[in-house]
Amino acid sequence: MTTFLGMPRVAPQPATAPQDPLRWGPDFPTAAHETLGNGQMRTNLRHATRTIRDKRLRMVSELPDWEELREAGSAIKHWTMSHLPELLVQLEENVTARGGVVHWARDAAEANRIVADLVRATGESEVVKVKSMATQETGLNEHLAAEGITATETDLAELIVQLAGDMPSHVLVPAIHRNRDEIRAIFTERMGDAPADLTSEPRALAMAARAHLRAKFLTARVAISGANLAVAETGTVSVFESEGNGRMCLTLPDTLITVMGIEKVVPAFQDLEVFTQLLPRSSTGERMNPYTTMWTGVTPGDGPQAFHLVLLDNGRTKALADEVGRQALHCIRCSACMNVCPVYEHTGGHAYGSVYPGPIGAILTPQLTGMGTRGATDPHDPTASLPFASSLCGACYEACPVKIDIPTALVHLRNRAVESQQRRLLPTGWEAGMRAASAVMSSGSRFAVAARAAGLGRIVARHDRIARLPYPGSLWTGVRDLPAPPAQSFRTWWKEHQADGATRPAGAPSPGSTAGNEA
Amino acid sequence: MDAREAILARVRDALGRSQTEPAPPVPRGYRAHSDVVPGSGEAVDLLVDRLVDYRANVHRCREAELADTLGDLLGDVGSVVVPPGLPPEWVGAATAGGARTLLDTADEPLPNAALDTAGAVLTAARVAIAETGTIVLDGEPDQGRRAITLVPDRHVCVLHARQVVATVPEAVAVLGQHPHRPMTWVAGPSATSDIELIRVEGVHGPRTLDVVIVT
Amino acid sequence: MRIALFATCINEAMFPQAPAATVRLLERLGHEVVFPESQACCGQMHVNTGYFREAVPVIRNHVRAFEPVLDGEWDAVVGPSGSCVGSVRHQQAMVARREGEDRLARDAELVASRTYELSELLVDVLGTTDVGAWFPHSVTYHPTCHSLRMIKVGDKPLRLLRAVAGIDLVELPEAQACCGFGGTFSLKNSETSAAMVHEKVRNVVSTGAEVLVAGDYSCLMNMAGSLSRQGTGVHAAHLAEVLASTREAPWSPTVLPGDRSRATAVPAAVPGPAAPAARAEEAGPAAPAGPAAAPSSVLRGTTAEVGR
Repeated sequence: MTTFLGMPRVAPQPATAPQDPLRWGPDFPTAAHETLGNGQMRTNLRHATRTIRDKRLRMVSELPDWEELREAGSAIKHWTMSHLPELLVQLEENVTARGGVVHWARDAAEANRIVADLVRATGESEVVKVKSMATQETGLNEHLAAEGITATETDLAELIVQLAGDMPSHVLVPAIHRNRDEIRAIFTERMGDAPADLTSEPRALAMAARAHLRAKFLTARVAISGANLAVAETGTVSVFESEGNGRMCLTLPDTLITVMGIEKVVPAFQDLEVFTQLLPRSSTGERMNPYTTMWTGVTPGDGPQAFHLVLLDNGRTKALADEVGRQALHCIRCSACMNVCPVYEHTGGHAYGSVYPGPIGAILTPQLTGMGTRGATDPHDPTASLPFASSLCGACYEACPVKIDIPTALVHLRNRAVESQQRRLLPTGWEAGMRAASAVMSSGSRFAVAARAAGLGRIVARHDRIARLPYPGSLWTGVRDLPAPPAQSFRTWWKEHQADGATRPAGAPSPGSTAGNEA
Repeated sequence: MDAREAILARVRDALGRSQTEPAPPVPRGYRAHSDVVPGSGEAVDLLVDRLVDYRANVHRCREAELADTLGDLLGDVGSVVVPPGLPPEWVGAATAGGARTLLDTADEPLPNAALDTAGAVLTAARVAIAETGTIVLDGEPDQGRRAITLVPDRHVCVLHARQVVATVPEAVAVLGQHPHRPMTWVAGPSATSDIELIRVEGVHGPRTLDVVIVT
Repeated sequence: MRIALFATCINEAMFPQAPAATVRLLERLGHEVVFPESQACCGQMHVNTGYFREAVPVIRNHVRAFEPVLDGEWDAVVGPSGSCVGSVRHQQAMVARREGEDRLARDAELVASRTYELSELLVDVLGTTDVGAWFPHSVTYHPTCHSLRMIKVGDKPLRLLRAVAGIDLVELPEAQACCGFGGTFSLKNSETSAAMVHEKVRNVVSTGAEVLVAGDYSCLMNMAGSLSRQGTGVHAAHLAEVLASTREAPWSPTVLPGDRSRATAVPAAVPGPAAPAARAEEAGPAAPAGPAAAPSSVLRGTTAEVGR
């Protein structure tokens, strides 16, 4: 690596580029150990998530029918998943009828191959790109680079991420882990045409990006985008955006290639009235995002005259096969769940080791990778740690505009992870512990004995607290005290209390006489 | 089996395992309308409030004052891009102050470079949504190709009060009459929140949005 | 009313003061309390850790222990825990059904429909907000996640607290943020959990309150453990303890009393990485920050002051 003396040095985050955009880095606790140590990133995240959270709440409270919209959004998605084969075929028919070409891709490699072939057929070696989770997921840019095609990300945050050599850490604002000073350093060091006197004011940075990309937009012949949704009954595809880079890519080039997950289809044009209300308020906390583009196939004389729609599976059908987990496919990528998640706020997106971070990532990623669907889960598969990366506080469920019950899905996937582990020959320590606990906790008398035995813990307590326990208790006492177990168990107190009839209301029958006894 | 058949087969197989009962019908208990009557003064007031909130410049005038308003707005821009179906009196008003018109048609589209150096673009719109401060263009001759409202740095858009609806569903009902038209929903000038989630107006789209509302 | 007490396993083993206070409170209000002795645990720990099959016998035991409520043996079941009542209401039947135990699932739903968290029982069932309590301390209230978002008790605990004589109720900043407990989350993701509780404690300390009150001793155990380790001097108490406290029988702190000798400064806004607890097999506990940090003015509630 060359060293530029006197230049700020930008280190990519994470340090090395991943092989698999859905499964990179170590398991969540190990990755979180790294990110929790990054004080700058945590300060950035804290500030950003608080800002967006407050905006979202203000915008949501403005609509008297927010809950009805969520109900409708949830039901449309459920209906869509239940009729997915018919809707996909209908979408294909309508796009084709309007001059578009539909391609199907079973996995990331197939999607990347289709796109690369389409670009090569145009004779171009440069493309402009609109921010797209689907192509992040397939690692399209890296694939195109290997094929000699240069893809330029045009969304400001994606540009920052691309220039820094980072991975995105958020589905809406992928550079949320970087603050303005870092972004200035990235632009100054990597953009090539950054103004010499560039300041770290957000406006100055945005204008530098505008100037940098302007010429590319005006001369680009091929663009690649994702899609926020596509309407089956009309073949209309839509991209929601803010900066206008989306419009540039969707409007000016001759050829447009859109890569879309199969779950993004919606049945009817009318359904737009639901998602155009739910998405902007949930994602950027705006009444409406500045620009939404909707196009149907090819319009003669307006916009790209060649349109290709690539429908991507890449694990989505694995998720669809799970009765509980499939609701992860309802996600409209608004990112509200990560903005309210206390775990995400502290660890940041990179700890999740996937382009889909946060609560939705914790239920989507392991399903896309097929965790536990074939034999025993590899205990080293980092995606199996994701369903456990939550305190189950429920803030995500409350914020989700399409009411994905993320806590329930997390618990369900924990069960899937545990069951696939149980197919292995040797039980883990957790498993032995959980079996023993099941025996104790399914009987009042056995539990009473155990609770009394716990009182022995008083021996290691000092000043009514336990400050140091051997592993795994050290996981607790490393940062917190544990209260000494009580001198008197509740059951002992209860017996004394019963004997002391004076505390009972006058005339009341003796309590406990009808209490269920141990069978 | 090709990819299409393979994916559809996978989807059917997945549904066979996860679909325990039919999906319930979609409840549409949300508001299709509001108390604000489309085209009313109240609707216009609400729209103006929302547009201003997103840093659009709003100008209200009567039909008779439109020519003067456009003249004031476009007097010093140098050149104005106009779509083919714009009312001739608007074009006349826009150029009264000396601005040159650049006519853009599907058959003879202006090159991107010409759009890039134009002083402004003047168009009509299909519908506007008061609650969300949104204007929707659907590519009809009075609005033109999508590119002309994108590349110039300033967009002057003329709306009639009767085009202002209160809610999103009301607008979708209007647009649904011609769902295949290319549509652009515009809510204020372009903006980004990518740096520390702080909103910065004016990135790649027109940095100035002037909305003229004729009442 | 005749009310069956669902004490919850963590309260029984670690915090008997909460169910005991629940008993004293309800009896003071003229109700009869029954303790079904075959109860043990609702199964939440097994469910949340993914051990559904192992949870079934635990759930069955709970349902059988409280089934008499369906025959009119008792009028209601009360649990001084939003989290355990939440599990009864939202997890037991789901897990039983998943494991092919349809009858158990139906019974669980019926028992759950008669099971109430303490503030729900007081406000919704017994129709009272002023329970005649006296608690002359400054208090800040943390709404635990499951009481807030799973069973949605709303402002019922706060309405009960506002009616308490002598109380000085101080609003907790960012009250709705999770404390980082999350059951086995606090062990499996101990460093993230530590960062979360650190933030919560910072907010608690900023209120200057003497006592942190919540409706779940699981979360309180987490927050009190951190309050104690950081030597903040802030006490923890269950909502039931506050409501049970009277002039005649005032509350005295029982959990992790604050200790000025271990006092540290108010934690920073964004703490560094948590103590390397995940790799703490060999390491000792995080040493308390040295006494160099003077006790801050927010450390108001010493044991002596609070325990009067």
